Amino acid sequence: MNAANESTTAADGDQVPMRAEWGTVLISSMLVMFLLLAVVSKTEAATLGSGDLALVVERANGSVQIVETTGNSALTRVEGLGDLSHASAVFSRDQRYAFVFGRDGGLSKVDMLEGQLVARVMQSGNSIGGAISQDGRLVAVSNYEPGGVKVFRTDDLTLVADIPALYGAGQHSKVIGLVDAPGRRFVFSLWDAGEIWIADFSAGDQPVISKFEDIGRNPYDALITPDGRYYIAGLFGEDGLALLDLWHPEQGVRRILPHYGKGEEKLPVYKMPHLEGWAVAGNLAFVPAVGRHEVLVIDMLTWQEAGRIAVKGQPVFVMGRPDGRQVWVNFAVPDNDSVQVIDAESLKIVNTLQPGKGVLHMEFEPRGEEVWVSVRDQDELHVYDTASFERRATLPAQKPSGIFMTARASRIGL
Amino acid sequence: MIRWLAPVIISLLGVAVAHAATPSPQRQAELRHLLIQDCGSCHGLTLKGGLGPALTPPALAGKPPEFLQLTILHGRPGTAMPPWRGLLSEDDSRWLADRLLAGETQP
Repeated sequence: MNAANESTTAADGDQVPMRAEWGTVLISSMLVMFLLLAVVSKTEAATLGSGDLALVVERANGSVQIVETTGNSALTRVEGLGDLSHASAVFSRDQRYAFVFGRDGGLSKVDMLEGQLVARVMQSGNSIGGAISQDGRLVAVSNYEPGGVKVFRTDDLTLVADIPALYGAGQHSKVIGLVDAPGRRFVFSLWDAGEIWIADFSAGDQPVISKFEDIGRNPYDALITPDGRYYIAGLFGEDGLALLDLWHPEQGVRRILPHYGKGEEKLPVYKMPHLEGWAVAGNLAFVPAVGRHEVLVIDMLTWQEAGRIAVKGQPVFVMGRPDGRQVWVNFAVPDNDSVQVIDAESLKIVNTLQPGKGVLHMEFEPRGEEVWVSVRDQDELHVYDTASFERRATLPAQKPSGIFMTARASRIGL
Repeated sequence: MIRWLAPVIISLLGVAVAHAATPSPQRQAELRHLLIQDCGSCHGLTLKGGLGPALTPPALAGKPPEFLQLTILHGRPGTAMPPWRGLLSEDDSRWLADRLLAGETQP
């Protein structure tokens, strides 16, 4: 700009020697513009938004891929995260960092923008999942061995609290279904003990623990409604689910949909179902039945059963499209090559897709127009259009399992 | 007596051996995949344990293969271990039990 201004000033004076000067100035100003452009475009390439990123767990190699969902492309791979045979992730509130919970008890902090592992602690022998606090300052991990919950600061992964899941005569229980709840609380369930605990960090880093006993046999996973009010644990050891109203914890835990199997013999469950997210359409919630090839429909106004949908196999994930109109279901072996889509209005299956063997997880893009599916045995990620069901993209991935989009950062319980 | 018993015993052994037939190489590959990926869902990809117990040779030390075979086929009622007999034959389950005890579980 300065060069151009100088040339204009010079041009006002003498006309004849100006020609040559003009040319030089023109060329130099063009050069400056060129350089400026180069600098600007380089800056643009280095500056990413975080809102359309996702982290994909590659379970066999202890790596994660970072992908973007606007152009549906892979950005980078981050290695060295340990045993990810069962792994999940939560995000910092600015969406920059992912906290990955690995099977081997490793807690890894991944920079989504730089594509780097920035911190890692081995915090137990065997872990199953985790959650991030409402204020984003605490990350909690639920452990199988030794059973309990450990809570860390998100900035440097230093230990804040250790909550052993002790019950009965001093046994440790495996802990599952750990979620964050409003009021800087974490809620989780004890598989062996049949209990739900609330760890309340609202007064500081020393939690106040509330315990709810006899909630049912072997809670296997749990979820919290998007408003953070209801915590619901699925039961493996008996039919039904355990419901805790976090607005009224003094009312205790109550059982919903008890005896939905009505004494029928259970089918073998070759893979434990997951309760993640919350497939909700209007007043209806959709959850996997256990030991039955059905999706259960719950009326959330009355907490009564509102229907059952026969599906191809034992459901593992029952995921609602963000607008609630569709519910996508994947299955345990031997039906893990398929995905079924339920219309949430008619409660009918409207499509059955066969991505290939080993469909382990599905994650909708934030507004639901596309869904990402991991197909383990084909070493592929598929992206499907949720209106036409056409496959929009196929990306290579090494034994992919969980897919976690950064949009989870601002959702309670995810 | 022994003279006529011997062939009977040998033929009985023959039946037993035939009964515990080794799965075909293709089936073995499928079973190794199942062991890592599907057993691994609960017992961990490295079989060091998860919701289900560890299935490493030290963890299984002293357990007879027949016990493991029966556990695989019929599950353990009251736990999350399902019966796999709908997907696995007796030969499959015995082969898997032997692999677990020998620690030969990697593909």
